[in-house]
Amino acid sequence: MAIREVYLDNSATTRPLPEVVRAVVDALENNYGNPSSLHRKGVEAGRVVTRAREAVAASLGVAPAEIVFTGAGSEAVNLAIKGARPGKRGRHVITTAVEHHAVLNACAQLKEQGIEVTVLPVDAAGVVDPERLAAELRDDTYLVSIMYVNNEVGAVQPLVEIAAVIGAARKAGRRLLWHVDAVQAYGKLPLRPRELGVDLLSISAHKVHGPKGVGALYVAPHTPLQPLVAGGGQEWGLRSGTENVPGIAGFGVAAEMIAREGHLAADRLRPLKKRLVEGILAAVPGAVLNGPACDKENPRCAPHIANISFPGLRGEILVHSLEGRGIYVSTGSACSSGKKPGSHVLQAMGLKEDVVEGAIRFSLSITNTEEEIDYAVKNTAAVVEELRALYG
Amino acid sequence: MRRVYFDHSATTPVRPEVAEEMQKYLTENFGNPTSLHYFGRQVRKAVEEAREKVAASIGAKPDEIVFNSGGTESDNMAIHGVAMVNKNRGNHIITSAVEHHAVLNTVKALGKQGFTITILPVDKYGMVSVDDLANAITDKTILISIMHANNEVGTIQPIKELAALAREKGIIFHTDAVQSMGKIPVNVDDLGVDLLTISGHKIYGPKGVGALYIRKGTRWRQTLFHGGAQERLRRAGTENVPGIIGLGRACELAVENLEKESAYLTRLRDKLIKSVLDNIPHTRLTGHPTMRLPNHASFCFEFIEGESMLLSLDMKGIAASSGSACTSGSLEPSHVLLSMGIPHELAHGSIRITLGRDNTEEDIDYFMEVMPPIVERLRAMSPLDQENEFVAESSCAACKVSSSCHR
Ligand SMILES: Cc1ncc(COP(=O)(O)O)c(C=O)c1O
Ligand SMILES: Cc1ncc(COP(=O)(O)O)c(C=O)c1O
Repeated sequence: MAIREVYLDNSATTRPLPEVVRAVVDALENNYGNPSSLHRKGVEAGRVVTRAREAVAASLGVAPAEIVFTGAGSEAVNLAIKGARPGKRGRHVITTAVEHHAVLNACAQLKEQGIEVTVLPVDAAGVVDPERLAAELRDDTYLVSIMYVNNEVGAVQPLVEIAAVIGAARKAGRRLLWHVDAVQAYGKLPLRPRELGVDLLSISAHKVHGPKGVGALYVAPHTPLQPLVAGGGQEWGLRSGTENVPGIAGFGVAAEMIAREGHLAADRLRPLKKRLVEGILAAVPGAVLNGPACDKENPRCAPHIANISFPGLRGEILVHSLEGRGIYVSTGSACSSGKKPGSHVLQAMGLKEDVVEGAIRFSLSITNTEEEIDYAVKNTAAVVEELRALYG
Repeated sequence: MRRVYFDHSATTPVRPEVAEEMQKYLTENFGNPTSLHYFGRQVRKAVEEAREKVAASIGAKPDEIVFNSGGTESDNMAIHGVAMVNKNRGNHIITSAVEHHAVLNTVKALGKQGFTITILPVDKYGMVSVDDLANAITDKTILISIMHANNEVGTIQPIKELAALAREKGIIFHTDAVQSMGKIPVNVDDLGVDLLTISGHKIYGPKGVGALYIRKGTRWRQTLFHGGAQERLRRAGTENVPGIIGLGRACELAVENLEKESAYLTRLRDKLIKSVLDNIPHTRLTGHPTMRLPNHASFCFEFIEGESMLLSLDMKGIAASSGSACTSGSLEPSHVLLSMGIPHELAHGSIRITLGRDNTEEDIDYFMEVMPPIVERLRAMSPLDQENEFVAESSCAACKVSSSCHR
């Protein structure tokens, strides 16, 4: 059968798994109780939430009581950053230049409240230097927010080294909270917040074949966190509001999948990404890979995100032309804030203007096949050739 | 066993039409509405259609609707956002004693951040008085938040009069219409409100989705969640697309049959109220006798602890709730009933029966069959013995057993 549709925008969102859809629909149709109700319907709905919480916790190797469900990944990030209590001396926050806008804009809010924010630069591959972090830590730093996998170029930040820096600072008596935006890493790379000493970690269901509108924040025991949403006191008082039972049920099923097969994901994705990147770079003269070089030995390279530039062409035009051939990709983050033109991530990496403008992101899922990759390679080459003939 | 769901103020089942429409947005139409390609555009279009439906159901314009995760977030978003933007103009906020905790706790939190809070009292029916509001307004008042209909006792507030007063003084008015939506007419211009809260799961839509109406020109800003440019910078986070589609359809259906449905529910409700008051002694209706939601009946049974009543009903297959709300682990009885002047011990004997479109006369008959013997049995066991009313009055501490957490 000829391929007509190849979805390679899995970092924007993913297609829910059939088991996920079944769980969501079952909750909608049958488990409609309010988990706070004492009667049978409520208890049943409460059980659905409990099971999902256990599944999400298991997928991260943490305790169920450490999981707070939220309305999206963005909300989890906001709760972590704006909810973290500065304590008596806290006046300073450190983050990086390549974070998602949820992190950057939440930090901008802190700034409005008089908190100082240091933004760590990245190298040309989009990677943060842990020593730079060590140098920027101050006595009044109370929060560090560093993402795990960057959503635009797939740079994997050196969390182990960062953990060592933070661990040393804590040993020296500093009171430091560490938040990791793991929205793009979850389900693709091993994620064990406890082992790293991470206090807060954000994930989102719709990036891992779960439903939209539900996320979670891992909160380590004794983390000083205050809620952003007040009300009935659900989620241990950290997130009031009647629980999104169907969404949470679906998230639970996606998490079970990750707990079961997540450790295999990287090994399944990496060859696909390699095939895609090598295929395009070989077929399209002038094409360049943005972000860490992609080989198995490079731990900085995420297995599922490939950002490639075609200097001289514009990313948006490429996206539209590829769509004409049934290939769905994006220019970068789906949720860019639309303020400044050009990706803040590529700019932070110091890339030239034509490279920034000509960038597109391919993002893979384990449901993609080699055949789809080959189709994408062939048609990307054809589209670039066509456009170059037109504009070149 | 017969199963009767009498807890529609806590949550409602999702209507099959709603669930069906949502499914497509979990499967084929799974795109991210922010994406520029077909998968995104197709979903964006559906989200905008849902916005039109929600807007139409309350007489608003589509761009005055912001989707979010539910009633609680809407209340927080409305109050916090108005407070933060207007604090240079004044620091006084007015609300009522019978609000949902989503409003009360948000306002109280602002009270700790330099805002002055007035909590208006209510009369014995749970009603706010227009005069009280007029007297409470100062030249520092920036926001008034009073709910349209109360979740615990069903009382409908005179929002039109209250909001008119606010408008006269140029004060922003928010109302929580989570309970009134789909049961009585909710029209933002008739009511004259600037912000209005809606929640999906109370109107046969899904949980985890809601909307805030923000009248064009209202001095409000998103202050809770920041990030991407979703909802035109008014609410960051990838949209709960299936939920939004469900909310749109639920709002459409809610107004479509409003008159017929509320007439039906009123008939059932009145039959229920009459049967209970006629057949079970030492029982009072709580809330307003007429200015109440058509599906809402709430009572206090003297000499009984509400929770045991609910458990007994549950064992008979009837899902109801107590009127009492609590924040995790609190032993306090309902703040609503107490603010209406109902004594502690009586407030503990409260029960709320909230009807829905699937309930029938037979459900009421069944309730009337099982309820009197339950009451009789519990009263026989009760330390709050009716023959010794003096004990009941004085042993208030003893009846402070755990109270339930209904919303
Ligand atoms: C009057 C009122 N406001 C707000 C809420 C909260 O809405 P949600 O459950 O969608 O968070 C509820 C119900 O729980 C309610 O009854
Ligand atoms: C790295 C990263 N963080 C946070 C988010 C936000 O998650 P959500 O879309 O669930 O709001 C995204 C997704 O857009 C992301 O890629």
